[in-house]
Amino acid sequence: MSDRLTVLKTYKLYVGGKFPRSESGRVYEVNDSKGRWLANAPLASRKDARDAVVAARKAFGGWSGATAYNRGQVLYRVAEMLEGRKDQFVREVRDAEGISKSEAAAQVDAAIDRWVWYAGWTDKIAQVMGGANPVAGPFFNLSTPEPTGVVTVVAPQESSFLGLVSVLAPVIATGNTAVVIASERFPLPALSLGEVLATSDVPGGVVNILTGKTAEIAAPLAAHQDVNAIDLTGADAGLARELEVAAADNLKRVLRPQAVDFSADPGTHRLTAFLETKTVWHPTGSLGASGSAY
Amino acid sequence: MPTAFADVTASDSTLRRFLHGLPGVDAVGLEARAASLGTRSIKTTAKAYAIDLAISMIDLTTLEGADTPGKVRALGAKAVNPDPTDRGTPRTAAVCVYPDMVATAKAAVGDSGVKVASVATAFPAGRAAIDVKLGDVREAVAAGADEIDMVIDRGAFLAGDYMTVFEQIRAVKEACGTARLKVIFETGELSTYDNIRRASWIGMIAGADFIKTSTGKVGVNATPANTLLMLEAVRDFRAQTGVQIGVKPAGGIRSTKDAVKFLVLVNETAGPDWLDSHWFRFGASSLLNDLLMQRQKLATGRYSGPDYVTVD
Repeated sequence: MSDRLTVLKTYKLYVGGKFPRSESGRVYEVNDSKGRWLANAPLASRKDARDAVVAARKAFGGWSGATAYNRGQVLYRVAEMLEGRKDQFVREVRDAEGISKSEAAAQVDAAIDRWVWYAGWTDKIAQVMGGANPVAGPFFNLSTPEPTGVVTVVAPQESSFLGLVSVLAPVIATGNTAVVIASERFPLPALSLGEVLATSDVPGGVVNILTGKTAEIAAPLAAHQDVNAIDLTGADAGLARELEVAAADNLKRVLRPQAVDFSADPGTHRLTAFLETKTVWHPTGSLGASGSAY
Repeated sequence: MPTAFADVTASDSTLRRFLHGLPGVDAVGLEARAASLGTRSIKTTAKAYAIDLAISMIDLTTLEGADTPGKVRALGAKAVNPDPTDRGTPRTAAVCVYPDMVATAKAAVGDSGVKVASVATAFPAGRAAIDVKLGDVREAVAAGADEIDMVIDRGAFLAGDYMTVFEQIRAVKEACGTARLKVIFETGELSTYDNIRRASWIGMIAGADFIKTSTGKVGVNATPANTLLMLEAVRDFRAQTGVQIGVKPAGGIRSTKDAVKFLVLVNETAGPDWLDSHWFRFGASSLLNDLLMQRQKLATGRYSGPDYVTVD
């Protein structure tokens, strides 16, 4: 029998690169799959949501303005850090979802692989989604995808880590900043992910992680005039409808919830969901017999 | 100048004796008091009242080397009509500009009732000959400034030459004519709370209409503690002489939450008589946008964003 004192971890929110408690001072009990207490998680309020949006907005200029190559390096660094803390995530995922250790390990491996996969996309998405358009006139016409802005992500409720990474990584890979509402029942892996992000060169505010009652936090975010898009993956049908109505007010981009198998190849649709296409027309002068004038 | 202080200002040594005879400031107690008043919870209707009051108390300020007539006109338009989407929004108290922009600002605010304040006396350093300072003031007044924000000579103050500071304020007050005079102490450069208390009394005795914390150009600007200290000074001054003097914290107040904390300080220290734009002002620029966003939030229930207020 060990005579060490138990060192209990105080899980905290991740907002603007810092780890605050909820502004409301509230917490809620997080239990494992058998109903045993694991930890207290912050029960975020709408003011925490507001603070998170302010932080995300502040971070947007720097993150979207960073070169795609640099963003890729930073995201790869996150994967490196995740690799180093793999055991912790395996334990947290196992406790939360009530799966075996090997199943949890497979999920965490898949999540890290996914993070690397999205890191690779940062400097490739512009070539795939943009390019020169053939137009009927003496113009050089070029389309390029740009990030939408501040994106609220309602993370999946069941897949506490692989699902979370699958919805978060594509949002920030393209230069958006994110306010994430973690799974209500399984928030601990998300809060630990915040600790990883804080130590891996991701500027503060690029990712903000809130835990608590999904409906309570999502409602003000969906109505928030300074949020540009919302991913409703973790909202049930009723809540999703309500949030989409609120989101319509300032024409937020909305990604509706759909059945997703997070273990499958994700494809690019999450990357492209939060991009805006900018097109420039540049006059080239008349195209002579010799071809291009530029 | 109240005659009660004639003997105080009779000579350098009597002034010094008076200022050094003021009770010392309990720094820890002052900061604790300011912090505890900052914890009041102001919600719903009280918050709406506080937001509108704070907007009406703003000296909307632009004091940059890069100020153009266009920017000053834009500022004037914003002061008159802070939120074009809601005409019920109160006007700000004043716009605050450099002397050469006074005429432009005056034209921009027209007869809306928004005052034009001008910094003068070699703002912000105050390092110029007294004649130059007075010339600066006269030009601003001649151009139509309703209020003059002067800086004290901190060098003289810190060297213990209180009489020079006092006489310069007196001279500037005279040059102001009917314009109200705000005296800036630059509290961030005065080092101690005792000095802020002494400076406040010099300003009040010399005939300031407002005492103001800072220029907004140094590291430490208005803080709850130094504003609380100045509020105590004007309260005590009125109790002693019957003359009411205004207070203007300036610089570093950027959020609605901060502004409301200052209003609590005013109410709890000087009293509700000061809860009026004639007696209390905020020297600020970005604060107004935050107040407007909070006002929109109260009106619509949705959080607003910087896309819905003007970029200054």
